Amino acid sequence: MTEKMEMTPLGRRAFVKLAGGGAAAFVATTLLPGLAEADAKAVSAAIKKLIGDKKTKPGKITLELPQIAENGRTVPVAFEVSSPMTENDHVKAVHVFAEKNPRPDVATFRFTPASGKARVATRMRLAKTQNVVAVAEMSDGTVYMSKSTVKVTIGGCGG
Amino acid sequence: MAKPRVKVPKSVKKGEAFEVKTLIKHKMETGQRKNKKTGKMIPRFIIAKFAAEFDGKMVFESDWHPAISANPYMAFYMKADKSGPLTMKWTDDKGKTVEATSKINVSG
Repeated sequence: MTEKMEMTPLGRRAFVKLAGGGAAAFVATTLLPGLAEADAKAVSAAIKKLIGDKKTKPGKITLELPQIAENGRTVPVAFEVSSPMTENDHVKAVHVFAEKNPRPDVATFRFTPASGKARVATRMRLAKTQNVVAVAEMSDGTVYMSKSTVKVTIGGCGG
Repeated sequence: MAKPRVKVPKSVKKGEAFEVKTLIKHKMETGQRKNKKTGKMIPRFIIAKFAAEFDGKMVFESDWHPAISANPYMAFYMKADKSGPLTMKWTDDKGKTVEATSKINVSG
């Protein structure tokens, strides 16, 4: 009766697997402060392109991502923005970014009061361990932001 | 483009938000990969837009970039006051589209 969609469960607790020979190496998060800044700048620029100079506030967005993604080619991601989704008070758009991907933009989702809920689930590619950022634009012009770190075992952008 | 698969509940309550699940087969070629034999970069080719319309109005829309995984899965929500067709459109970055329609059955 239920159609099987290929969906790995969200929010799964990660177990560090110590593999034997032939396993892929863990991508260690050895960030040089300069590099970290560069990635954050790329996302800031991408965000500015979409929302202009508005300041972002924390809150309202629940980002669901695994702590460790074994396959960077398909990482389940979901979010929900707390909102009554009425004509006067609803989420207009949510933009998702990946700080360390070759390009930070992942997707933009647009809602109307007829959406009922500002909740979306999809699957994304992550090149390596990094932050995933979600920015929500509300109908009153306020903007919220949330981010979550995902450790990626095997990167998902190259050949 | 391949035929998309859509899952909607058998019946929904009037005005109550419900989930629509969609899946479409597509490589979502990022443009970052190299053809190992020729050494040339494989050009980008992705589904760039998804739009869902119900009762003549847009209920949900999405712009996709190459960071969306191959065989894009996407679940979103909508609500309906009366029964009718939900039309969904996927558009690739060459402008080609594929459509799917699902019947929304509003009970009570």
